[in-house]
Amino acid sequence: MEKIAVQVDDLTVAYNYKPVLWDIDLFIPEGVLMAIVGPNGAGKSTLIKAILGIIDPIAGSVSIYGKPYDKQRKLVAYVPQKGSVDWDFPTTALDVVMMGTYGSLGWIKRPGSKEKKAALEALEKVGMLSFKNRQISQLSGGQQQRVFLARALVQNASIYFMDEPFQGVDATTEIAIINILKELRKAGKTVIVVHHDLQTVPEYFDWVTFLNVKKIATGPVKDIFNDDNLTKTYGINYKVAINK
Amino acid sequence: MTAPQIEIQLIAMVVAIACAIPGVFLVLRKMALISDAISHSILPGIVLGFFLTHDLNSPWLILLAAITGVITVVLVEAIQKTGLVKEDTAIGLVFPALFSIGVILIAKNANDVHLDVDAVLLGELAFAPFDRLELFGADVGPKSLWVMGIILICTLALLFLFFKELKVSTFDAGLSSALGISPIVMHYGLMSVSSITVVGAFDAVGAILVVALMIAPAATAYLLTSDLKKMIGLSIAFGVASALMGYWAAHLLDASISGAMTSVLGLVFLSVYLFAPNKGLISVLYRQRQQRTEVSLLTFLLHLNNHQDINERHINHLNEHINWQKVRSKTVVDLALKNNMISIEDDIVSLTEKGLEFTELALEYIITNKDEKIEPMKDDFFLFRG
Repeated sequence: MEKIAVQVDDLTVAYNYKPVLWDIDLFIPEGVLMAIVGPNGAGKSTLIKAILGIIDPIAGSVSIYGKPYDKQRKLVAYVPQKGSVDWDFPTTALDVVMMGTYGSLGWIKRPGSKEKKAALEALEKVGMLSFKNRQISQLSGGQQQRVFLARALVQNASIYFMDEPFQGVDATTEIAIINILKELRKAGKTVIVVHHDLQTVPEYFDWVTFLNVKKIATGPVKDIFNDDNLTKTYGINYKVAINK
Repeated sequence: MTAPQIEIQLIAMVVAIACAIPGVFLVLRKMALISDAISHSILPGIVLGFFLTHDLNSPWLILLAAITGVITVVLVEAIQKTGLVKEDTAIGLVFPALFSIGVILIAKNANDVHLDVDAVLLGELAFAPFDRLELFGADVGPKSLWVMGIILICTLALLFLFFKELKVSTFDAGLSSALGISPIVMHYGLMSVSSITVVGAFDAVGAILVVALMIAPAATAYLLTSDLKKMIGLSIAFGVASALMGYWAAHLLDASISGAMTSVLGLVFLSVYLFAPNKGLISVLYRQRQQRTEVSLLTFLLHLNNHQDINERHINHLNEHINWQKVRSKTVVDLALKNNMISIEDDIVSLTEKGLEFTELALEYIITNKDEKIEPMKDDFFLFRG
């Protein structure tokens, strides 16, 4: 049996006593490229944030390779939603990527030439090396998303959590990003992506979780990505063309 | 210059630097208003501290008042978290309440001592040199210079040690939290430093004007740079320069020092807002005008590219065809001629090789929206600089 990268037990999260995630049990096997799908307000981002300890759950627990997240931070990289930060912040693309190294540096210690080299390599991987000194507000939406991806790559983690990395990017960037995610999977990493475009799920991902406050289903795309689960998740008779 | 004059300017400089540093992070975190709230709501803390210590520069008074500042932030967040009101309303609810408690405490109990609302609100830098610090019987300088100096050294040390943490938690709290750099710790750290700075500075410049010293230099620097370190450096420079100019303006006009300092801060911001090279109003307007002209130029070139027949390219009919006014057509034709993009023979306009190349590049850019296509054009034109 394969190793479990992320295990979520009985996780419940509430904002102002209104549950946004209700009793979630989830096993994510090592080495999958998984989409989390569900309607708006289904708690997709919240699930990631709760796993990463950014939001405190009111019940339940999370473990990363069998240990609490606090002890396993260095194994995990996170790409927040692009809209969650202020892109007018006075900094450059390179500097944003360098932030990915802050976790392994710990408090007080400053990034040095080793960190800079890693950041430059990550920028190169996402095709953004020539923009390294560009102020981040001067980048297009797709370029900003690539910078975020580079920042996650520089963390050199085992598990990657990404919150809507394809939001507001052009087709070229989308392909570039998915190719990098597939490369990560090939290298044995686990990648978990909040995803909106149902049409591309079978093409991009091999594992999927349906979420709508409660977990509807989780498993291999080829087994569970069907109209039945889509209808259960989205509440209406949802049909998509699935090319298996 | 007399010794008190030098001392006043030294205090003003130290206060300006100590305020500018937390100010940068407050501005970047969109929390400028919080500094206003803190500056008012520390009043009850100051009054209570004064009753206990009978000394406006006592470290206990400063700590007590700073705690009131942090309590303000906690209360604002607690009210906001109920989801019933927004942040600005929560701020508006909290600080007048705390401030009024301070006002009542002063009115009831402090009538006979040197502590009145005017002094707290406006401060008086001119009196600062009279309050001396004596160590082992020797006069070592004005007390407020020592107080603010120590606060400044602590601020600088914290900034140096936690620069990376401040940066990441300000830019991306989610990532910061996931990395194990608690944004909550950084938030309250910054709030504590801001509160202590406000309390330390209120005696010199007053509780209201200290807000100007925190926010105006940072807002000015923000217009000039896209580098956090430079923004901090520029904020300090603007703060110090405005403080010194304000002092001498007050000297010449025989007016309030803190009032003059704040006016200078405002004027400095105004001039940078108008004349800043990239984000300044004048440069933005100029750029928009340039862009309009360049869009016209491109339209003109595309027209030439699309129409081979002579009557569409006659110089006198061009404005009719593209539906432009005479003046605008002349500007555009001149610009195209200057850049060797067109040639005119017998009043018939034709694209030159360079013009053709330029048009094709521009077309490709419009279709693909790919930046690298237009790299060679960027030197000539504002339009494609994004």
